[in-house]
Amino acid sequence: MVKADNVRKSFGRLNVLKGIDLEVAPQEVCCLIGPSGSGKSTILRCINRLEHIDGGRLWVDGALVGYHERGGKLHEMREREVAAQRRSIGMVFQRFNLFPHMTAAGNIMEAPIRVSGMSKGEARDRAEELMTRVGLKDKLHAYPSQLSGGQQQRVAIARALAMKPKLMLFDEPTSSLDPELVGEVLDVMRGLAEDGMTMIVVTHEMGFAREVGDTVVFMDEGVIVESGDPKQVLTDPQHQRTKAFLSKVL
Amino acid sequence: MTDERVRPGVIQAVPVRHPGRWVTIAILAVIVAMAVNSVVTNHNWGWGFQRDNAFTSSVLEGLRNTLWLTVASMVIGLGLGVLIAIMRLSSNPVLSSTAWLYTWAFRGTPVYVQLLIWSQVGSLYKQISLGVPFGAAWFTFDANTLIPAFAAALLGLGLNEAAYMAEIVRAGLISVDHGQREAADALGMPRLLTMFRIILPQAMRVIIPPTGNETISMLKTTSLVVVIPYYELLFNAEAIGHRTFKPFPMLIMASLFYLALSSILMVGQYYLERYYARGAARALPMTPVQKVLRRVGVGSAM
Repeated sequence: MVKADNVRKSFGRLNVLKGIDLEVAPQEVCCLIGPSGSGKSTILRCINRLEHIDGGRLWVDGALVGYHERGGKLHEMREREVAAQRRSIGMVFQRFNLFPHMTAAGNIMEAPIRVSGMSKGEARDRAEELMTRVGLKDKLHAYPSQLSGGQQQRVAIARALAMKPKLMLFDEPTSSLDPELVGEVLDVMRGLAEDGMTMIVVTHEMGFAREVGDTVVFMDEGVIVESGDPKQVLTDPQHQRTKAFLSKVL
Repeated sequence: MTDERVRPGVIQAVPVRHPGRWVTIAILAVIVAMAVNSVVTNHNWGWGFQRDNAFTSSVLEGLRNTLWLTVASMVIGLGLGVLIAIMRLSSNPVLSSTAWLYTWAFRGTPVYVQLLIWSQVGSLYKQISLGVPFGAAWFTFDANTLIPAFAAALLGLGLNEAAYMAEIVRAGLISVDHGQREAADALGMPRLLTMFRIILPQAMRVIIPPTGNETISMLKTTSLVVVIPYYELLFNAEAIGHRTFKPFPMLIMASLFYLALSSILMVGQYYLERYYARGAARALPMTPVQKVLRRVGVGSAM
């Protein structure tokens, strides 16, 4: 579903990604862990082209992200094409980024109606179905400011699902939540994984990575240090840096 | 142990006295009484004369011109202002520098001078043509008939206002959290849709208060169109004043009209702000009408 080949990215003189090779199979749940500044959020943002990569190749569902390859040359995609590409990728942000001037239902219905041309009735049914799925059926008409952090993040997940993505990206989805609200969001994500959604999750929740993740990727200073089965990586890390990181967070 | 002790109950303390307040009230009451007395008894205010002239066709026509000049130039200013603000924030250097240049020119010169210039375009360009640039002209108009006085007034006020509105709109646009654009991007929303559905509605909360300011300011700036010359409320009121040798009452009458109109605008602004505040607070504050109704016991409690 996702393939990265020697992906490089720098912000000015700061090299954030120094040659990332990554492969995520359909229906796989891949958890990215590592200290802050290691580049795990950046790789996620490159996958739906919120950031442009400087080197290497990145494919989602067999297609190059942000470029056409014609006659051995790369042509940058038009904005319209990038937008079309993003529609099959859902993204959930650390700080939710719900649209505050719209109700939960409005947030969920916006893109299906305006972008995919879905009818209002159909979009409303879909919003109701998704809100039921994230356990917030009675909050359809609430504004984000009337919801708790955990509820807002669940609405944000429902909003991303409304575009029927093939791939879901989670950028530290529980990092700005109160501890007692983390569980409700992880439960929704666990449900998604069980339904066979392909997911890449940047997280500090080692319990979630161990239970739900099919693979865990440990990143540090812009490189992938080690990756593999969560039980193996998290309980018996091979690298010194992984050991040092895990000893701090576990 | 504790239940045998007498526990402190409701506090019934003696409130702090404010003798200074009563003194202030007394002083102000005397001053207000003197002012009211002089306004009522001094015949030079000419209240009766004002009432007799307030609803004559000349004053009402001036009022109509003031109102529609205000509305039309604000519409031009807002529409063009949004366009220029979006251009200014564009990544296209041609668009952003054009927008910068526009703001620089129209904000940097007095609106008074701009009105004069528009009224004299005819002396700069005798004819205005539509056709191939530097080539054949298909349609040619005489500048003075193409830009009559009212058009010059509208151009002068509207184009100047656009420069100010552009900065107000730009302030609103950059006040919206960057995460909102990213969320819309991630949903695959095209750029213009994001602007009009996500960014602008949130920017409106920042844009409306200064726009209310601008509208009230415009209401009064319209009186400058007399230099074109074009006529509006103040011009017609002064004309009556000069003709009857009673200029003062007419100035007061015009002021009262301006006050009444800006009061109406303020009410409109209040409800507009309330509309765009939805989602920003957990519950919208009550409107003054709702407060009164609740005090009387008609409305439902929050």
